[in-house]
Amino acid sequence: MNAAGFPLLSLITWLPLVGCAVIMFVRGDEETVASNARWTALWTSLIVLVLSLILFVRFDKADPGFQFVESATWLPEYHIGYKMGVDGISVLFVLLTTVLTPICILSAWEAIHVRVREFMIAFLILETMMIGTFCALDFVVFYMFFEGVLIPMYLIIGVWGGPRRVYAALKFFLYTLTGSVLLLLALLMMWYTAGTTDIEVLLKTPFPAHMQIWLFLAFLASFAVKVPMWPVHTWLPDAHVEAPTAGSVILAGVLLKIGGYGFLRFSLPMLPNASAYFAPLIFTLSVVAVIYTSYVAFAQEDMKKLIAYSSVAHMGVVTIGIFTFNVQGIDGAMFQMLSHGIVSSALFLVVGVVYDRIHSREIARYGGLADRMPRYALVFMIFTLAAIGLPATSGFVGEFLVIVGSLQVNFWLSLLGGMGMILGVMYMLYLYRRVMFGTIVHADLKTILDLSPREVLTFAPLVALTFWLGIFPTNFTSFFEASVAHMAQAHTAALATQVKQAELQPASLGQAAP
Amino acid sequence: MNWTLAIPEIVVACLAMAILMFGVFRRGSDNFFLCSMLSLGAMLVGAILVVGTDAGRGYNGQFTVDAFAALSKLLILAGGALALISALDYNRENRIARFEYPVLMLLSIVGMMVMVSATNMMTLYLGLELHSLPMYVLAAFARDELRSSEAGLKYFVLGALASGLLLYGISLTYGFSGTMDFSAIQTLFANPSGASAGLVVGVVFVIAGLAFKMSAAPFHMWTPDVYEGAPTPVTAFMSTAPKVAAVALLLRVMVVPYAHLSPEWYLIIEIISIVSMILGALAAIAQRNIKRLMAYSSISHMGYALVGLAVGTEDGIRGVLIYLVTYIFMSAGVFACIIAMKRRGRSLEKIADLAGLARNDGALAMMLAIFMFSMAGIPPLSGFFGKFYVFLAAVKAGFWTLAIIGVLTSVVGAYYYLRVIKVMYFDQAEAPFDARPASLSFVAAFGAVVTAAFFIIPAPIVGAAQAASHALFG
Repeated sequence: MNAAGFPLLSLITWLPLVGCAVIMFVRGDEETVASNARWTALWTSLIVLVLSLILFVRFDKADPGFQFVESATWLPEYHIGYKMGVDGISVLFVLLTTVLTPICILSAWEAIHVRVREFMIAFLILETMMIGTFCALDFVVFYMFFEGVLIPMYLIIGVWGGPRRVYAALKFFLYTLTGSVLLLLALLMMWYTAGTTDIEVLLKTPFPAHMQIWLFLAFLASFAVKVPMWPVHTWLPDAHVEAPTAGSVILAGVLLKIGGYGFLRFSLPMLPNASAYFAPLIFTLSVVAVIYTSYVAFAQEDMKKLIAYSSVAHMGVVTIGIFTFNVQGIDGAMFQMLSHGIVSSALFLVVGVVYDRIHSREIARYGGLADRMPRYALVFMIFTLAAIGLPATSGFVGEFLVIVGSLQVNFWLSLLGGMGMILGVMYMLYLYRRVMFGTIVHADLKTILDLSPREVLTFAPLVALTFWLGIFPTNFTSFFEASVAHMAQAHTAALATQVKQAELQPASLGQAAP
Repeated sequence: MNWTLAIPEIVVACLAMAILMFGVFRRGSDNFFLCSMLSLGAMLVGAILVVGTDAGRGYNGQFTVDAFAALSKLLILAGGALALISALDYNRENRIARFEYPVLMLLSIVGMMVMVSATNMMTLYLGLELHSLPMYVLAAFARDELRSSEAGLKYFVLGALASGLLLYGISLTYGFSGTMDFSAIQTLFANPSGASAGLVVGVVFVIAGLAFKMSAAPFHMWTPDVYEGAPTPVTAFMSTAPKVAAVALLLRVMVVPYAHLSPEWYLIIEIISIVSMILGALAAIAQRNIKRLMAYSSISHMGYALVGLAVGTEDGIRGVLIYLVTYIFMSAGVFACIIAMKRRGRSLEKIADLAGLARNDGALAMMLAIFMFSMAGIPPLSGFFGKFYVFLAAVKAGFWTLAIIGVLTSVVGAYYYLRVIKVMYFDQAEAPFDARPASLSFVAAFGAVVTAAFFIIPAPIVGAAQAASHALFG
């Protein structure tokens, strides 16, 4: 059937729902239910993690195509099937999701103390939706998971969030939904043209050039909001600030990546001409994002907001890399997404640590923590440096590759995109100095406790991954090199045959579905 | 003459009469419950007979049974049964537990079944009136209550006006064609250039009359008031079965007799659809009463369903039917949840009364949240599939204006559905609701399961809708 011998992808996608079912049937007083829910959720996510490691081990890195493919009929007369599979682009995102979920659950262990059961259920549903988004090989199935993410995330922000949670949750939902419904129209158009929604077939279908323009704009509306690109990024700071720590982590770590993944999976390979046509627009928006949001981050008084804006800047680098259309650029974008998924998640956890103790995210509220919390200072330092992109941390490789890739396109693009690294140093070190150094002014900080063993346990894998990615990047780039090389090649080839495509007639769906 | 085609209608009508006699002569205190149970049985019998009846035309072409009629009848019976179950405990607690209630519902359902089978203007009108008259009585069923009587009267006056419009449209059609038979009219106008202005006016009147029955804008004025004033189980009934019947009737009238006039009418349907979607989405935002909210929501849902008719293709009609299937189960479920909103024996209708429901009654909140997300069209819930197939047809036929306005209004619509969820999940809890009767739990849970599990095996329903739509185009 596939490399694992059993439907592995479906198993890791749907297993969290089994955990939900178990949690739902837990009975007893509130304390028992909470504790059972926590442990069930943790174990479920750990089992999913272990199963997903099979992907890491058994994935054939030389094969640029889809692996672990499974398919079942679902709506046969419309050529929509339930089809799952991973290639070099998606496999690491699946792993990123399965790694971050148990970490989030651990981080929410004590931070979430009301309606624990519902929180864990929402979180496991979210995991199913996220893994499904990356595994789906059918556009309709992809869309269902892609939109399905909104439901648990809306509840997570709205129920367990901060004071302005209702506003933030609604803004998050409506921004994303507006983009998604346009994606839905594009999906229907592609279905009509190609006669199927199988992504593997769509990847090989040449769409007429004039149609590509419209499809691209619809995709852009959806993925740009997810990434998020300037100027549709404004939901992100609100959502991040109001979400509970675990929500912020998954938002920064995985949900933003869905936007980048969308560009790589759909926009670039399916719409090569339109991608080339719109690349200058994307570059402009990305450069604005990198420089403008870096300055905005510098001006923030709220730690989470600062990191949220830095996410927008970092994702700007990602979109630059994707639209360079060369191997280095796309490799860099992939790597930057993985690195950002780990580092910014870790930074939100770092903020969560002090927030749990002092219940404030205001930078001015802190200062001098390095004295009281040496272990915390070390962890914070590692991730600050990784966010800046210091060599030997994960942040460096991605940014470097994107700069190399963009140099082949345009010198100024490379220079302006690279500004992000310098500006990053500015705001991150400024943040670190204000929070960690100086003398303790506030009385309650004098008795603040250092990292607990549980917190060390949450940070340890992230620290390890940060260095692993930084020191042995080839261990990870080897996963997507073949797929990316194939994609870049196909892109060049598609542009060369542009004239032929314009003459192609759309196949009628009517013939395909009598 | 193949009279057996109408067996389901005949049997249900006779059973309704028998149940009425039973109620009159028995005079027990539990008459309402017994008659309701018998009526549910009658509906079940009706459904079995519908499934068992072969397709064909009878009564000199006045009455047709095909896959389209069968699917619509099953939906009508399902909607009616769910609405009746929702009424079981409500009516007892509100002292309107009279045995006429289920009988009126049954008669109205017979009318609807005749409507969807009608292939002659006369049958159409008879069915429509048989469906409407019991509905007026039902709307005013809580006769001691001012709002209910007002709702009944309002519904009756405006409904009579709509019937008048429809009748006028029918008479114009008859005047210009000389026949009332659907297929005869179709052949007569096979050449659309022969359509005179008078006939087009007739078509417009027919559309106006039917749009009123299905509460599509701009003929929706009665809907919020009647929804709010009528006893909630009656509202639940109104928002399910009659919607199916009215939409199915409109589909048949537009696609069969007026088929060749589609260049004349598609723009009217398109405008009605756009106005309904926009008005339903925007007007609902300001509502504080959940029944009024659902009224505006139903207007916008009718707008979405009409997208499929405006497209006018077989795909479009299939989309409408799938939309109706998903809609009636969501709608029945939502109203069961609304009926369950009760504190110390008093029914509540404000959205704010739902505050913190997730804490007091997690199951009810979850079910209502499923319906709300589904109505907003979020996958993988069933509401998404309804919109999906309708928009697929629109995109395929190149109706981009409709498709884009449709998806954007669904985002606006999402705002007010989310507000209900926000109130339930994010706001401070108030005092808990009274214990839910099992009947309501059943209806809500049934609706929720259909809504949430639709995506697992959509193929049979999509296939049935495909067959129905194919049958309509013959």
